[in-house]
Amino acid sequence: MPNKTFFWFFLPTGLAMILFIGLPIISTGIQSFYAQHDQVVKEVKKCDPFGCTVSIVVDNEETSKIREAKPLGKFNGFGTYTDRNHLAVDEIKKFWNETESFGAFIDQVTNLPFYKALIFTLTYCLFVTPNVLLLGFIIALSLNAVARKIRGPLIFGTILPMIVTPLVGSLVLFWMIDSQGIIGANIQNLMNDPYLSLKSSKTLTWITIIIYGIWHHSPFAFVVFYAALQTVPQEPIEAAIIDGASRFQRIKHIVLPHIYPVVTFVALISLMDNFRVFEPIIGFSAEGSAQSLSWLIYDNLVNEEVILFGSAAATSMMTIIGIAILLAPVLIRTWKEFKTAR
Amino acid sequence: MDYGLDTKSTRLKTFNTIFIITWLLIACFPFIWTFWGSFKVRADFFSRSDWWYAISAFNTLIETGGQFTTNAYTQAWTEGEFWKASKNTIIVTVFVVSISLFLGTLGAYALSRSTEKYAFWILMAALIFRAMPHITLVSGYLFPFFELQIWGILPTTIVVLVAINQPFTLWLLYSFFKTVPKELDESALIDGCSYFQAFRHIIMPVMWPGVITAGLFSLMLAYNDFTVTALLLNQENHTMVPKIQSYLGTNQHEGNLMWAVSAVVSATAPLFMLVMFFQRQVISGLTAGAVKG
Repeated sequence: MPNKTFFWFFLPTGLAMILFIGLPIISTGIQSFYAQHDQVVKEVKKCDPFGCTVSIVVDNEETSKIREAKPLGKFNGFGTYTDRNHLAVDEIKKFWNETESFGAFIDQVTNLPFYKALIFTLTYCLFVTPNVLLLGFIIALSLNAVARKIRGPLIFGTILPMIVTPLVGSLVLFWMIDSQGIIGANIQNLMNDPYLSLKSSKTLTWITIIIYGIWHHSPFAFVVFYAALQTVPQEPIEAAIIDGASRFQRIKHIVLPHIYPVVTFVALISLMDNFRVFEPIIGFSAEGSAQSLSWLIYDNLVNEEVILFGSAAATSMMTIIGIAILLAPVLIRTWKEFKTAR
Repeated sequence: MDYGLDTKSTRLKTFNTIFIITWLLIACFPFIWTFWGSFKVRADFFSRSDWWYAISAFNTLIETGGQFTTNAYTQAWTEGEFWKASKNTIIVTVFVVSISLFLGTLGAYALSRSTEKYAFWILMAALIFRAMPHITLVSGYLFPFFELQIWGILPTTIVVLVAINQPFTLWLLYSFFKTVPKELDESALIDGCSYFQAFRHIIMPVMWPGVITAGLFSLMLAYNDFTVTALLLNQENHTMVPKIQSYLGTNQHEGNLMWAVSAVVSATAPLFMLVMFFQRQVISGLTAGAVKG
């Protein structure tokens, strides 16, 4: 296709992506260097028969004037990145000097908002991704063995958790697991502990969200693995059966190597999706004990008094860097393949 | 897959059946339970005293005189203004799907027929864009949208959702266009068609399965989106998912949980119907990128 034709065909979609994905990333980058204006204060002298007092009040008029003149806020450089709510450089230095053991230091650091969120996000990715791959593969193997006639409805039932939006999916589970729901109430009875509830324990909350993640993402892995299983050649399997290979050996030495590229694809996609975990935290109302990077950004953007654009943008930039680190190996590999292919 | 030589032991078969039944229960029961519970009153579905009330409908009988009640639905749809939210969702979904497909088919066709190096780089860039968490993009939109005073209205959200959806649509349609033989449009070009005419009259008619799949995924994205719609739309224009969240209540105001339950059922039912109908397309879409490419 000539370049000119290509240009006109690609222009609309290219323009949409540049304007609404490319530019916003740049806009986020710029915003992260600015912080909202401080409020202008003035001294007000108040006199009554008992003498005069000077109090400090917020000058709303002046404040809004400054805000209007410079809506982006004041230039803050890397200030937002290093403040307490983000990388917390000063605090970490302080903790390093003050705490006695390394454990105590880690304890202090993981209580800072950004690191707390980072640790939750990574834990979530670390536990959900491998389990999704495993469960998806087992379901695919298992469904592949049932009669073809009844597979349709079974597949439909299997993919349900995936097609609902994460908020609805987590709500549906939360209403059951909550202390007033069917599962929660029964667990309370079983454990004989009427105060046992999701909100009471951080570990329980984390486990629930991770289980939700596995429930929600496994169907995707299943669908891809199931399709890949259909393409596994029959001859090597039959040869293996004649040679006396066990079922497990056949899977390990024939099926898995055949679908290996698909496994990396699913792992990559599910890692990318898990890294942006956010809606389940709202669905499970777990803000108290579990915060993710995306949730931090959301929280800044729905702030009641003044939207913290700078703070949200700084967290966003660091999230994007995180994504880049996750994607780097794949991109490098693809580039190498592309270079050797030429 | 037929196993041919592979004879199965009955023990393995039983184990397999038990496993599938357990998994299906885990996957489907939450939805069935929510559907069942949406016809009860709050004191039953979220019972403080006994979870069995949700089945025996103890309070529903006292409050409404029947085993089942549709109060939650009527209230959410009228008082809760869920009708408005569903109207907004329909508008957003229809526009996002049609615009996405229009832009996506043009772009993906060009990518699949180009032999230049930049086509590869564009696909890589699309992959990176696909990986961006939506909330980071929203944090980039909010400030400029406030300044331009286009925040809160449906057209802005539609355009944003179309753009966010493009990387995935491009990849999906690209892999479908690759399966259409090049000779088909080349012969049309020799016969004197322009590229656009070849695209419009020769390629599109054989591309319907791919277009339907891509359309379904755009639909699911627009229909299910929470991040963009919750932050870019004002109260008045909220679509279904942010509306459901608003029923949950916050620290400041008490929500109405039964409204949320019935709204969840109302929002999920059409989606399930659609997927039941188009199951084959959904699965072919999910696997297109993975198995063929």
